[in-house]
Amino acid sequence: MRMRRRPLYAAGVGALLLAHSPAAAAPRTYTVVIDKLKFGPLPAQLRKGDTILWVNKDMLRHTATAADRSFDVDLQPGKTGKTLLGKTGTFPFLCRFHPGMRGVLQVK
Amino acid sequence: MKRQIPLLAAAALLSAAPAIAADAPTDPQIAHIAYTAGAIDIDAAKQALSKTHDKAVHDFAAQMVRDHEAVNAKALALVKKLHVTPQDNPTSQNLTKGAKAERAKLAKLSGAAFDREYVANEVAYHKTVNGALESTLIPSAKNGELKSLLETGLTLFREHQAHAEQVAKELK
Repeated sequence: MRMRRRPLYAAGVGALLLAHSPAAAAPRTYTVVIDKLKFGPLPAQLRKGDTILWVNKDMLRHTATAADRSFDVDLQPGKTGKTLLGKTGTFPFLCRFHPGMRGVLQVK
Repeated sequence: MKRQIPLLAAAALLSAAPAIAADAPTDPQIAHIAYTAGAIDIDAAKQALSKTHDKAVHDFAAQMVRDHEAVNAKALALVKKLHVTPQDNPTSQNLTKGAKAERAKLAKLSGAAFDREYVANEVAYHKTVNGALESTLIPSAKNGELKSLLETGLTLFREHQAHAEQVAKELK
């Protein structure tokens, strides 16, 4: 029971925080397209709470996997996946199957 | 003259030397060579999946099946769209012959000996095919879409070569 209540509590606090910080930008979703074994242009102005929508347009299965494993999204050909950026920092990531594919997300 | 074309391509494939062919292979021949090279690697991977007990080798082979099947499906769709009939040629035949011999060699091995031979051959095979793509097949391809697919293939197969080299190191 304890475990199940936590997210609700956290969400409540989050809502409270948002309600009391009208200056904070609303979270946004940014699309990163994957094709021909490359991650497309990465958004520069990422903020904590934003979401990355990974769109795999390639014929191959890929992943978007953080070096610190804070996210690991499996992306079948033609499919999408999401990563919620829950903390600030610098996050190098790669495709586990094709580690030549890599990038860095900067979250402020 | 015409008979020399595939032979030059074959020489380039077998030696992986940067051969600048005076006569280049045609698009239907290139498509056949690329598809054959992929099909050979899929067969080898399936053999490995049925024999290996090593997780790294298993994962590698599973990825070879997945990636090469995806590329070959794309290649088939492309030749269909372009109304091109892949044309058999000595390079494809040599590749197939070499693969048959390697398959027979691997069939007699098991355990760690099998794993080492399979992965060592994967390193060598990708190196050879990548050399041929770079020096002969990509520069010779006339159709833009075929060229683009071969270029993506080269990027992918370089990843495979690096992966195979990594697994080979772990097996030692």
